Amino acid sequence: MKMIDGYPEYMMKSIKLAEEKREKNISAKVTPLSMKERDEILGKYHPDYMKNTKRELKVGMDKGKMLYNGIVDLLEAKPVLNPKDVDLSSVDFDVDILIVGGGGAGTVAALFAYESGVPKDNMLIVTKLRHGDANSMMAQGGIQAADRSDDSPVLHYLDIYGGGHFANKPELARALALDAPKIIDWHENLGVMYDREEDGEFMELSGGGTCKNRMHSAKDYTGMELMRNIRDKSRNLEIPVLEFCPIVELLTDDNGQVAGGIAFNLETHEYHVIKAKATIMATGGSGRLHLSNYPTTNHYGATGDGLIMAYHAGANLLDLDTIQIHPTGDAFPESIVGILSTEKIRGLGAKPLNKNGDPFVFPLEPRDVESATFIRECKKGRGIKTSTGMPGVWLDSPMIDIIHGEGTTEAKLAGEVRKFKRFGIDMTKHPILVYPTLHYQNGGVEINERCETKIPGLFGAGEVTGGVHGKNRLMGNSLLDYNVFGRRAGIYAAKYVKKAKTGKITLSHVDKYNKMLEKANIKTAKTAPILLPEYRGEMAISRSLDIL
Amino acid sequence: MNEEGKTLVKKLDVKKATNVEKKTGTVEVFVMGKSYQVPAGLTIMKAIEYAGYKFIRSCGCRAGFCGACSTVYRIEDEQKLGFDLACQKLVEDKMCLVQLPFVPASKAEYDIEKIKPSESTLITMYPEIARCVSCNTCTKSCPQDIDVMKYIQNAVRGDIAKCAEISFDCIQCGLCAMRCPADIKHYHVSQLARRLRGKYIDKRSKNLSKRLKEIENRKYDKDVEKLMKMGKDDIMEKYSSREIEAEKEGDLGGD
Repeated sequence: MKMIDGYPEYMMKSIKLAEEKREKNISAKVTPLSMKERDEILGKYHPDYMKNTKRELKVGMDKGKMLYNGIVDLLEAKPVLNPKDVDLSSVDFDVDILIVGGGGAGTVAALFAYESGVPKDNMLIVTKLRHGDANSMMAQGGIQAADRSDDSPVLHYLDIYGGGHFANKPELARALALDAPKIIDWHENLGVMYDREEDGEFMELSGGGTCKNRMHSAKDYTGMELMRNIRDKSRNLEIPVLEFCPIVELLTDDNGQVAGGIAFNLETHEYHVIKAKATIMATGGSGRLHLSNYPTTNHYGATGDGLIMAYHAGANLLDLDTIQIHPTGDAFPESIVGILSTEKIRGLGAKPLNKNGDPFVFPLEPRDVESATFIRECKKGRGIKTSTGMPGVWLDSPMIDIIHGEGTTEAKLAGEVRKFKRFGIDMTKHPILVYPTLHYQNGGVEINERCETKIPGLFGAGEVTGGVHGKNRLMGNSLLDYNVFGRRAGIYAAKYVKKAKTGKITLSHVDKYNKMLEKANIKTAKTAPILLPEYRGEMAISRSLDIL
Repeated sequence: MNEEGKTLVKKLDVKKATNVEKKTGTVEVFVMGKSYQVPAGLTIMKAIEYAGYKFIRSCGCRAGFCGACSTVYRIEDEQKLGFDLACQKLVEDKMCLVQLPFVPASKAEYDIEKIKPSESTLITMYPEIARCVSCNTCTKSCPQDIDVMKYIQNAVRGDIAKCAEISFDCIQCGLCAMRCPADIKHYHVSQLARRLRGKYIDKRSKNLSKRLKEIENRKYDKDVEKLMKMGKDDIMEKYSSREIEAEKEGDLGGD
C-alpha cells in the first residue's frame, strides 16, 4: 500500500476533496438540529436506542430495569469473592474512611476529608493500579465553570439538564453548576496552570451542547494537569495509599451499614480486611467492558467494579440504559483506534466532513447527537473505510490554523499533534479520521447532593455514580463532576464518621446475593467484578465493530 | 564445514526467515529475553498481550498520558538503547523489550502555601540539580520529546516560569530520572515549578473572584431553584430557545 503523508493513497484522494473545499467549508454555516431532529437521529443511529444492546436485569434492587447487556452480564455473574476465603476476625486496617479508587474523585475526597478534620492516618485510599491511574488523568479538553460576566451558573444548569435529556437529578445538576467556580478557585490555589489571556482571565472555549464558552483548559492535557496537582498535594500530606490492591467486595455490618471492604493484593494474592466507618466509592467508569463492542478511550482499570460491589451490598443504580460514545475516537491508524481526539479540536473550529469533503453537522452538538450523525454518514456510505474495515469521517483539523493563525494547533493541542506525528500524520496539514468510541458511563450508583447512597456508610463520587448527568454528559463536566462530588463526599463522610458506630463486620450480603442468583435461576460461568479486562492473544487486536 | 561457517549459515537462515515473516506481517520480539512472533503494526503493549501476558503493572491509560508503561528496548545487534511508551510505540523486528514496573525517586515534601517562588526555591528543595553535567541523556530518554536538560538548567538558574513552561507536557514516567548520572529527579523538580508558577506567578482571573462573591451572596439560588421546579414542557422550551455563543459566525472557539 502506497502511503502519502501517513495515509494510504485511496484515503488521500478523499482528503484532496476536503482540501479543495476547505475555504468554502470554513465559512459554511451549519446550524444546530432542532429538538425534534435530534430525537429522530438518536432514535435511528445511537446504540442507546437499538433493541439488541440492552436487556432486563433479573436480580437485586433494580430487578426489571433495562441495562446494557455487558452490565447485566456482570450484575448477574457470581460474586468473585468466596466469603469463606476471608478471615474477618483478623482486621488488617481499621480506619474512619476507606476510599475505593485512587483517581480524581477518590483523591479529592481524601483531601477534603483531611481539611474537614479527619487525620490522615484515619483514612486509606486503595486503588487497583497506581495512584492517579484513572480516566481523570486522560481528560484532555477542559472543565466547565460559568465565571465570565455574560455567563451564569443558571445557564450552566440549563445546559447540563437539557444535555442530559432532562433526566438528571436536579439537586445534583445544581451542585455541579453552582460549585464549579469554587472548584476553579481551589485549583488556582493548588497551582494548576490554566490557559490564560494576557490579563489573567481564562481562555474559555465552547464545548458540545454548551450555550456559552466556559471551557477552562490546560493545553490538551487538562486532566493530567489537574490530577498531577491534586496527587502532589496528597503526596505532600502523606495520605496513605494502597496500590495494586483493588477492593473486590464491600463489607457490611449487622446493622445493615457498609463497613469497609476486602482488598485483593494483585501481586501477592492475599486478601486484606479493611474496616471503616464510612466508605467512599470512587472506582470510576466502565469503558473497558466494551459495551456494544465499541472500542474505548478509557484507562486499563475502567471495568465497572464499583457498580457491581455497591449493587451486591444493596445500592441502586441509575441511567445505565445509556452509554456515552464520544464522537471523535480515532479511526486511523489501527494502533490508536478508539483513543480520544479531544472535543477541543472542534471547539477550536475544526469541522467534521464526509468522504466527499462536505460538512454534515453542527460541530458542537451534544455528544450523543454528534455521534449519531457520524454513524449515519457511515451507514449511508458517506464515510471512509480503512483497510481493516473501520469506518470514519474526517475532522478537518487544518481549519484551526487558518481560523486562528499558524501555530495555534501546535500550542493548544500539543498532545494531539504529538500522537499523530508518531504515525507520520501532520494534523495541521491533513484532517484526522474519527469514529465514535465508548467514553463515559453516564449513570451509576445513585447519590444525593451529600454524596450519600441508599445504604448508610456508603458514599459515592465521580463516574461510578448516577444522576448528575442524566442520560448524556456534556464535555467539561466530568472533570468538574469528580472535583465537585469528590469534595462533597470528603466533607460529608468526615461529618458522618464523627457519629457513626460500626457493628460486627460481615460478608453476609454476598451469601444473600448468591442465593438470589440461584433463586432467579441464573446460570453463568462469569464472575464479577472482573478487575482487569482480558486482552491476551487475539483479543489484543482491535475488535471488529458489530455496530454497522 | 568449520564452526564459524555453521554460525554463518545459521545467521543467513534467520535473515531469510525474517524476510518471509515480514511479508506475512509478523515480527519477532523478545519479552524480557523470550522470543515471540507477533503481528506487525501492533503497539508494544498490544504485542506483549498478544504474546499471552496479562499486565498488572506497566499499563495504565493506554493512550500516552499516565506514564505507567515506560519501556526500554534494544533492537538486536544495535548499539543504542531506545526509550518509549509501550502504548504509543509500534513493535519493530528483533526488538528486545523490558518495562519499568516502578521508578524509585524521592520527592521533596512541601506545603505550597508556605513556600514562595524565588530564585533559590527549586535548588533548595532539590539541591542535586546543581550536579547536572549537561550530558543531555534525560532529553534523549524522554518519550514526550521534552527538552528536559533545558528545563533543569532553567531550574538551576531559578527561572521557575520557564522551567514550568518547557516541562508542561511531562507525563511523569520517570525515564529521565532513571537515566541521569547526577541522580536528578527531573519530573519532581518540574512538578514543583509548575505548581509555583500556577499559584504565584500567573495572573489571576478577576471574573472568577467576582463570580465567587455572587455565589456566596446567593445571587443565583432563586433562578436555579425556579428551573428545578419548572414543568418539563416549559424547561424544554427554555432550553431550545437558548442562544448558542459558538453559533455566531467568526466566534467559534471563543478566542
